[in-house]
Amino acid sequence: MNTLVDKHMSHNQPVYTDNDPQSELVTLNLGPTHPATHGVFQNVLQMDGERIVSGVSTIGYIHRAFEKIAEHRPFYQITPLTDRLNYCSSPINNMGWHMTVEKLLNIQMPKRVDYLRVIIMELARISDHIICNTIIAQDTGATTTFLYLFQFREHIYEIYEEICGARLTTNVGRIGGFERDFNDIAFAKINKFLKEFPVALKEFESLLNRNRIFIDRTAGVACVTPEQALDFSWTGPLLRATGVDYDVRMSEPYSSYQDFDFDVPVGTSGDIYDRYRVRNEEMWQSVRMIEQAMEKLKKEPAGIFHADVPEFYLPAKEEVYNNMEALIYHFKIVMGEIDAPKAEVYHAVEGGNGELGFYLINDGGRTPYRLHFRRPSFINYQMYASMSKGMLLSDAIINMSSMNIIAGELDA
Amino acid sequence: MAKVTNQEVIALLDEKFGNKITDVNEPYGLLTFETTKDVIIEVLKFLKENTVTDFNFLTDITAVHYPEKKHGIAVVYHLHSMVKGIRVRIKVYIDEQHPTIPTATSVWNGANWMERETYDFFGVKFEGHPDLRRILNMDDLGVFPMLKQYPLEDPNRVDKKDEYFGR
Repeated sequence: MNTLVDKHMSHNQPVYTDNDPQSELVTLNLGPTHPATHGVFQNVLQMDGERIVSGVSTIGYIHRAFEKIAEHRPFYQITPLTDRLNYCSSPINNMGWHMTVEKLLNIQMPKRVDYLRVIIMELARISDHIICNTIIAQDTGATTTFLYLFQFREHIYEIYEEICGARLTTNVGRIGGFERDFNDIAFAKINKFLKEFPVALKEFESLLNRNRIFIDRTAGVACVTPEQALDFSWTGPLLRATGVDYDVRMSEPYSSYQDFDFDVPVGTSGDIYDRYRVRNEEMWQSVRMIEQAMEKLKKEPAGIFHADVPEFYLPAKEEVYNNMEALIYHFKIVMGEIDAPKAEVYHAVEGGNGELGFYLINDGGRTPYRLHFRRPSFINYQMYASMSKGMLLSDAIINMSSMNIIAGELDA
Repeated sequence: MAKVTNQEVIALLDEKFGNKITDVNEPYGLLTFETTKDVIIEVLKFLKENTVTDFNFLTDITAVHYPEKKHGIAVVYHLHSMVKGIRVRIKVYIDEQHPTIPTATSVWNGANWMERETYDFFGVKFEGHPDLRRILNMDDLGVFPMLKQYPLEDPNRVDKKDEYFGR
């Protein structure tokens, strides 16, 4: 039976229907739009009752040609494209892009900017993990936890709003720093968040961590060994759940992460329960880091929110209107005439679901010669179909939720 | 764990592959070199299995199109040694008219979709790949859109010529 199915599944047509009257298998189209898949994912599955015999993933439904568009945009216009990769944690993508260009231009950020960036990146990580973990719970039937913790994503979005005016696709920061300083309301909201979120997260954990139903649904499901995970180039919480302590923030610190005291949580079996626990623990570590950053900010001179690099940092509008130099720099930056070295640079940041890499080639033109995004969702997702073999359909659904695949990043 | 430097890696490669390793440099500290497509898989295997270098992780595979060069498509591999904390970038220039290169899926399973993406956008045919078909674009697209000859905007529009925008 298996050979028959495999022959069917490996040919070059996108959709498979098993027309063999002798076959007892059912072809099931899971997606592209299905309420249980949280995004545009299509998997054509061959089912034997409740069990998946084989599957093929079809992706690319929301492909928007970002790499091609990026070849036609000056550097600062590429930031909004990065928003739309992993839109659950856009600030990390924005900062990753800014840091890539800053690496190319050899700009050093003031410490205060680094700490502000750590705050917003860790808030983004918390919001990303909130979505993923509450949705695992939701898919195992625990609606309460979903509704309960999800309000803190709203609080994080309110902080974003205070900092940059946007909520989901933030476009926060500039090459060379931030567009404006965090205001007092933003700091007040961050402090409020730091006080309230740990209480809620603790309650969230006490509802699920030792919950018999939750453990039965998640522990021992979709186990992945570290060897498999490394072989399939997994990164992020998925890799750490298998027991590999690889975190870009720790191994190649950017944005002054080396100044922070934090742990890299790891799992043991790489199953869904471990992924859930790793993400929860990362939220605690993120809270720790934001607290440390708030402390460190007190020692830094106030009011510094960008590096002193007028030739690369987009000046404020009132400067542009009243100051000759600012007008010139504004014009040059907007037209992509900045004096960037002709070079290649790869910069990686720890995104919400893994190593988000930017491979930028600059040939001295107005736009990148080539920009490639190393997108963790895309690379993590390729194991999904082969993992699902032999799994119950309901387990495969939770497995997809626990992999935190974001359609925008998957399809770029 | 003992760290390894770029010079040590390149010395090992020179000893093993000799003149097949060319154009070594270190932009922003990242060891970069070129090699040829007949030894690329051996180079990848060597770097992965050698206990000194220990490049256990394939970060990324992509390609770059240089229409003015003789071998116009560069396939770019990024490897990472998590244990030794070092990265390496390997480039293989291949002929634009016949873009073929052996598949790296024999070394890492993770190369599968990365190579499919590279094929989808650049038309690079990875020989021996188990399932080489388009991944993000539609199956009957007919062209490989990241090649430089394909413009971003509709070429028939007179108001959106790239040169008006300095591109």
